[in-house]
Amino acid sequence: MTELNLTILLASVVAGAAPIIFATIGETITEKAGLINLSLDGTIMLSAMVAFVTAYSTDSIVLGFAAAAGVGALLAATVAVFSIYLNQNQVAVGFVLTLMARDLAYFLGNPYSRLAGPQAAPLPVPLLSKLPIVGPILFNHYWPVYLSLILIIVAWWYIYGTPEGLKLRSVGENPQAAFARGIDPRKMQLFSALLGGLFVGLAGATFALAIKPGWGRPQGAEGTGWIALALVIFGGWNPIKAAMGAYLFAFLQVIGIYLQGWFPSVPAQVFQVAPFPLMIFTLMIMFFAQRETAQIWAQNTPWKQSLLKLLAGNAPACLGKPYRPE
Amino acid sequence: MHIELKDIHKHYGPVRANNGVNLKVEAGTIFGILGENGAGKSTLMKILAGYIRKTSGQILLDGHVVDYTSPAIAARLGIGMLYQDPLDFPALSVLENFIIGQRRGLTQSNQSFCQKLQSLADELHFALRPDQVIRSLTIGERQQLEIIRLLALGINILVLDEPTTGISSLQKEVLFKALRQLATAGKIVILVSHKLEDVEQLCDNVTVLRRGKVTGNMQAPFDAQKLLKMMFGQIPSTPQCGRITPGKTALVMQGVSASGGRAGLEKCSIQFHQREVIGLAGLEGSGQGVFMRVAAGLKQPVQGKIHMYERDVTDQDYHVFKDYGGMYVPASRMEEGLIPSLTIAEHFALQVSGEFWVNWSKAMQKAEDSIVQFSIKGQKQTLVASLSGGNQQRLLLSFLPSNPKLLLLENPTRGLDVESGHWVWRHLQKYCRTDACIVFSSSELDEIMMVADRVLVFYNGRIIKDVPTCETSVEELGRAIAGKI
Repeated sequence: MTELNLTILLASVVAGAAPIIFATIGETITEKAGLINLSLDGTIMLSAMVAFVTAYSTDSIVLGFAAAAGVGALLAATVAVFSIYLNQNQVAVGFVLTLMARDLAYFLGNPYSRLAGPQAAPLPVPLLSKLPIVGPILFNHYWPVYLSLILIIVAWWYIYGTPEGLKLRSVGENPQAAFARGIDPRKMQLFSALLGGLFVGLAGATFALAIKPGWGRPQGAEGTGWIALALVIFGGWNPIKAAMGAYLFAFLQVIGIYLQGWFPSVPAQVFQVAPFPLMIFTLMIMFFAQRETAQIWAQNTPWKQSLLKLLAGNAPACLGKPYRPE
Repeated sequence: MHIELKDIHKHYGPVRANNGVNLKVEAGTIFGILGENGAGKSTLMKILAGYIRKTSGQILLDGHVVDYTSPAIAARLGIGMLYQDPLDFPALSVLENFIIGQRRGLTQSNQSFCQKLQSLADELHFALRPDQVIRSLTIGERQQLEIIRLLALGINILVLDEPTTGISSLQKEVLFKALRQLATAGKIVILVSHKLEDVEQLCDNVTVLRRGKVTGNMQAPFDAQKLLKMMFGQIPSTPQCGRITPGKTALVMQGVSASGGRAGLEKCSIQFHQREVIGLAGLEGSGQGVFMRVAAGLKQPVQGKIHMYERDVTDQDYHVFKDYGGMYVPASRMEEGLIPSLTIAEHFALQVSGEFWVNWSKAMQKAEDSIVQFSIKGQKQTLVASLSGGNQQRLLLSFLPSNPKLLLLENPTRGLDVESGHWVWRHLQKYCRTDACIVFSSSELDEIMMVADRVLVFYNGRIIKDVPTCETSVEELGRAIAGKI
């Protein structure tokens, strides 16, 4: 029977969530400006492959990450340019791209399948990693994991704390009004797609070079993109809440591994699949939290109101509706 | 400072929205642009504000030709516009809305913007809280924010497109006072309106547009008859006010309370009769909207009883209301009443179709009949989204059952010019003769006084006045709306 060690469990949640956080925050930034980049899942696969191959050929982890970020930005730019400048349906373009990128990754990456390649070395933070409990959970990881923690804060600050972030949100809420105030909505959307795509690329690299090192079919990153898309909604388009969702999902995955050990008679697939319906269930709770009856339920009770506030989250008003100049 | 428009043309294909318009406005004046719907006022002003590009013509600022391609550049030249539908960000806060588009220094903090917002608001006697979310504001408050924002940008020429539509008479007073203050300070204020009373109250000069052309200019004091003639080519007739003896009770509410809106609805008791026309007055969101939705079964009351033609309809839904001869026409015609991307014929098809097949021949026939009968300017295959506001309203009216028993109309003439408004009422009053009861809300007290037999004033979710229109006055109602009985 597997021993439940809370410190190890939480540490693996923090590490396992890192790529999901990159992808989720990247997509949050893109969607905040009103653009949906549906190519996430394929982008993660292709950038994972590129990261591994680049690091393998150059023996440089950093170059691997950089190349993956480039691939992410490139695919996002494709969706953005087709949708913003060429008036194509962004859902269709994103969807086709996700299938294409995944197959391309399997095809081009085939020669590198199951090779032993470089991977990021664990990098404990001096002093901090020696702290009891907190040390092993937060400060004894690969460096991309630290980056994911920093990104949560930085993304939140960028979106809600800077003038540029305000512009980004204004475009997602009402591009016509943003235009009337001297902002170019199309440039802003293209920029947000590039920035978001870059982080999605990092998600792929984090898989191939740290969390699930190596390349193969399956790689193990499959499906993460779709989860990230759901987590953006789960987080109500707020990077911090979205990150909490990523941790919840990673927790469900890790606990599934423990449960497998405790209940060997239950088919392993049950625990592998369980996080997905549980996510849908949480999305439903969030939906009910926005109903009028829930508001009445929370009336005059501060903790209930703050709970509802935590669960609430509205999509940018013009999400998925491309801006057309008059 | 002065601004001059010279020979402005704007063509949309064969349609000439503006056809050689000239006008000149001096500093320190409030200039009115009057005309019925579709006269080309908004187009002209959007050209001035840089929101759309002119086909030909010149704009001269202090005698120099200026050419600009976006509202942001126009703003740098000192020209700013308040659009008819506020062009703002409902999900963001007042302060954020204020900041977006303002130039800021590297070290400039939100705090300094907040102070600027407060001081400008105080100057014009606007009550705005920086942390409020725009979604929770009234149209009037959103306008106030836009005015302050434009002033902070350094606007000298302020264009307002139908600013008095959808705001309360109290907010209108505040707005007009602020506009006078701006004109006194040497700014140019251009007011676009189809309402004579606005222009009469506020403007020094007025230019009348009709079908994209200037049909006349006038200086204050204005001759209303002459202005109407310039606007319409002829003076529209005022609707007949038929005061008939009320019949059976049509709608009874006893102590009905409901949530929703800003104030909800509290302990509302009323009795409406057949052949009565009842006007609902009050500030936007004082309970009229909730009242109608409750009456129509679209919203369930928390307590109280509702009877319709002596049958208990408490807790029944809209279908029961409809089955009993009720009809509800919401104010947001596009959002709730019509489907923008369907054609006129398709709207009729939705009504007449059977179980499996769309009955196109019947739908086409009905569409054709209605276009003629309701003089809708459009074809059977015209998309509803491309109809003008007045024609959308006519289409919506054509869906009314031929013999409704209870009609609930929310702002039935909002956004319509005088002539279209009269047309709507002439049509509605036919229903009264066939024993219907009409309940309507309106922000125009004049309209209520003219067509209603009885008026209810809502204040903070309660009915604080219920009188026959012949026993009250606009002044008295105005006081009641502000909560002073």
